[in-house]
Amino acid sequence: MALDRPLRVIVAKAGLDGHDRGAKVIARALRDAGMEVIYTGLFQTPEQIVQTAIQEDADGIGLSILSGAHMTLFPLVLEQLAAQGADDIVFFGGGTIPPEDVEELTKRGVRAIFTPGAPLQEIVDFVRRECGKRRAPAA
Amino acid sequence: MIDRPTDMGAQTTPEFEEQRRAWERESAAGKPRSGPGSGAVDRTISDIPLKTVYAPADVAHLDLPRDLAWPGQYPYTRGIHPNGYRDRLWTMRQFAGFGNAKQTNERYHFLLSQGQTGLSVAFDMPTLMGYDSDAPQARGEVGKCGVAIDSLADMETLFEGIDMGSITTSMTINGPAAIAVAQYIAAAEKKGIPRRMLGGTIQADILKEYIAQKEWIFPPRPHMRVIVDMIAFCTEQMPRWNTISISGYHIREAGSTAAQELAFTLADGFAYVEACMKAGMDVDSFASRLSYFFNAHIDFFEEIAKFRAARRIYARHMREKYGAKNPKSWQLRFHTQTAGCSATAQQPENNIVRVAYEALSAVLGGTQSLHTNSMDEVLALPSEKSVEIALRTQQVLAYETNVTNVVDPLGGSYYVEALTDEMERQAEAYFAQIEEFGGVVEAIESGFFQREIAEASYRYQRSVEAKDRVIVGVNAFQKNETQSDLELLRITEEVEREQARGVAQVRAKRDADRVQVTLDRLQAACRDPKDNLMPHLIDCVNAYCTEGEIVEAMVKVYGRYVERSVF
Amino acid sequence: MPVQQSTDALLREFEEHHPRALARAISLAEAGSAGPLIRQVYERTGRAMTIGLTGPPGVGKSTLSSALVRKARSLGKTVGVISVDPSSPFSHGALLGDRIRLAEHFLDPDVFIRSMASHGHLGGLSGASADAVLLMDAFGLDIVFIETVGVGQSEIEIARLAQTTLVALQPGSGDSIQVLKAGIMEIADIFVVNKADHPMAGQLRREIRSMMEMLDFSGWVPELVATQALDGTGINELWGAIEAHVAYLNESGEIEERRREAFVQQVHQLVLGRLERRLARSISQVALCAGIDPYAAAEGVLRQFGAGEESDDAALPVGRPRAAVKGLA
Repeated sequence: MALDRPLRVIVAKAGLDGHDRGAKVIARALRDAGMEVIYTGLFQTPEQIVQTAIQEDADGIGLSILSGAHMTLFPLVLEQLAAQGADDIVFFGGGTIPPEDVEELTKRGVRAIFTPGAPLQEIVDFVRRECGKRRAPAA
Repeated sequence: MIDRPTDMGAQTTPEFEEQRRAWERESAAGKPRSGPGSGAVDRTISDIPLKTVYAPADVAHLDLPRDLAWPGQYPYTRGIHPNGYRDRLWTMRQFAGFGNAKQTNERYHFLLSQGQTGLSVAFDMPTLMGYDSDAPQARGEVGKCGVAIDSLADMETLFEGIDMGSITTSMTINGPAAIAVAQYIAAAEKKGIPRRMLGGTIQADILKEYIAQKEWIFPPRPHMRVIVDMIAFCTEQMPRWNTISISGYHIREAGSTAAQELAFTLADGFAYVEACMKAGMDVDSFASRLSYFFNAHIDFFEEIAKFRAARRIYARHMREKYGAKNPKSWQLRFHTQTAGCSATAQQPENNIVRVAYEALSAVLGGTQSLHTNSMDEVLALPSEKSVEIALRTQQVLAYETNVTNVVDPLGGSYYVEALTDEMERQAEAYFAQIEEFGGVVEAIESGFFQREIAEASYRYQRSVEAKDRVIVGVNAFQKNETQSDLELLRITEEVEREQARGVAQVRAKRDADRVQVTLDRLQAACRDPKDNLMPHLIDCVNAYCTEGEIVEAMVKVYGRYVERSVF
Repeated sequence: MPVQQSTDALLREFEEHHPRALARAISLAEAGSAGPLIRQVYERTGRAMTIGLTGPPGVGKSTLSSALVRKARSLGKTVGVISVDPSSPFSHGALLGDRIRLAEHFLDPDVFIRSMASHGHLGGLSGASADAVLLMDAFGLDIVFIETVGVGQSEIEIARLAQTTLVALQPGSGDSIQVLKAGIMEIADIFVVNKADHPMAGQLRREIRSMMEMLDFSGWVPELVATQALDGTGINELWGAIEAHVAYLNESGEIEERRREAFVQQVHQLVLGRLERRLARSISQVALCAGIDPYAAAEGVLRQFGAGEESDDAALPVGRPRAAVKGLA
């Protein structure tokens, strides 16, 4: 008698940058698409973000970084996820990130990076698809 | 407003009325266009409803002497200088800073050699948030979006070989603004340049941090005390220093509308005025050195109206409400930067064009100084090439287009005047709402601004999603982009390690006792509201206390702010 | 760890005390599928101290719970926090945003924080949170805080899951007075006037007292504590009041009554949830018949449930009220 339970997604801001416009717009869009969004607030460390994702049993983590620290903070989150045995959580991100870095980060395991101008619908569709896959029984 | 006949435009005649009726018939028979962007032809980017055409009736209520006057005359709608840009062009001030102090110093020497007339310091995130480069919170952030300044040693390097007495410097820093001013004073005085000779601007606008940019340290109330102390000190000891730059730029970047940017920024400005007056300062002693900083967004006429309205509202409030007597206190002077949030990562070269239109709106709106964004800023820190193009954009505007030859060239445009009025009306409505909360700080604590901005930015994003609004290259006219061939500036991790080593060296070399004594005295001053903090901060800086140590000492008294999440 | 796992595997990890297992178990509760697991661990429940915290938006509930968590941790207690926010009525999505206030506890392995949305779950409005309380209790957490926005009946019900219910109010806000009038009085074991440095704090305290003076309490008389959660003022007093209430519950034996109440409520929600879905199915079938009037349709549906005409109109048993208005019989 399992019911459809909304997807749960962490929207996180890491590091010292306080530009939360994008994160908040995404959080609202995911909410309006029927998901439960846990917004971490600003200035979270990678460790805090991963602990939050575990306790909240999140299907995905979306990390927004606009300060240029992405090559440090994204890998730290990946490392934490692996260390906690939680790398099944769909980890994606967004921000002011040059194409070469996007490539490098996706190679390392970030599932997608959305740069400024990415349509909300594209992000919503991505989260729905990838997190949905995670939910589906491994048949 | 008082109903008085206007002399703007021709008196209506039967012939003119007949023409109006004919136009109305033809206009009503028109068919609305379809396709991308057609969903928003009847409103500005800020959702202000627009008519098809504006006419004398839309400005009939304008009272020329009261609402417009002449350039250089109250209420300064048409500008604060009688001759506009004929006497003096705006200051071309490109914001720059990256990596360590030495790298940024080299960029400054380059910019000065290219004809730039003032320096503008961008600090990195750890510096802006009050952390040293070796703090765990600084991981991956050192030197990334500005220069890392940990102690006086870095400030000395930053201005090496630059005559601090003859240039003006703008420093974009807020939470630790008072510390940065102390460092600037100390660096200059070590070169033998007295503080009274120093010219420039410090942003120091902490209220907009809570509202929009989120680079705070202490909670709002103690933070206001730090700012008021700094204003009082600079007012008395640094006659060429603009003590605060009240900023709407970041409010707009956070997603506000033009009217919100205007209203919230001026409300912040008035809050500082009130705080200084409450601290016993005479309004005319400090008001002339307050300056403003606005965003130039892409909705051309709306922006011009915003700048004109800002001057008029400010003058009226300063004279009527705060009783300022000196005309200088009534004049709103402002810096403008083109809208970072209007730039796109897709087809980044298009940003050159956006920046040019935005810069034009700032100049037609009468800005005193201007920063034009570089096309690649949406991807990374700007490269030298793109910074140069941005500067050249201003130079073409200033020297080739002739828009500088006539003051307020759009004054009297039915549309621009009507829009200017609408801006003023919306701002006043916001002031009334803020008043109901009990003031700006109370409205911040209630999450009012944050909620208004989040709402506006979500609404805007939805209109883009629905293609009611077109962003070229993003939701229309896209092309399949292969890698852009822009060369981007990269900050290596080496900067972080180097900077951390540097701060460790400073700690090792200095007199530890002097550090402790100056920090203790600073803490005592934090507890005593009558003791101005600035002299203590200068002592700390001269003892080579690091920024992080100074901030930590103050946090022990004031605490660190935690924001409630507002959507 | 696989996302899909058997109850046995989950149970094993739950018993081995993996936080992820607790997190998964609560998700099962949200999907209405925690029954088998809860049956297995039910006998281990009943040990945790449960504290509900409710009040209108903006009174500083999260700051208050953060201060209480800090206090509980200083006493060496392990802590669970369930923070319930309303879901969007349109999309059934939710924005759960106030975790930030608890950030200082994120890396503490003895604090487990879970945000929950209040709607769209099986078992009515509070079913999943009731399960979450049981699961945290069975997991061995010493204290479970349940924090809700006290804006509607459902949130109030959630707060009643706890043995001790705190109602937080803020001076100078019309909302707080409305809440008092809306009958939240009856669920408060302790009133917390937060932001006690506010100029209107004294007036709010007087209003609460005068409302209480109109009532005759049959047992526990609600306490009133003033706090400034931001700097920790009054938190020790608040903790003292919570302990006093717990002592009262134990000494008076009312603790059993509270447990029974929570039990009954949960059973009620579980049954109701299942019935509601069956009901929805039956009604949608009946609604397809043309030409039927609503009364006839209702009778038809009720017959499917074995309920005859008039038969279930017998008076329902009413719980003993906690307080009566003075001077009225």
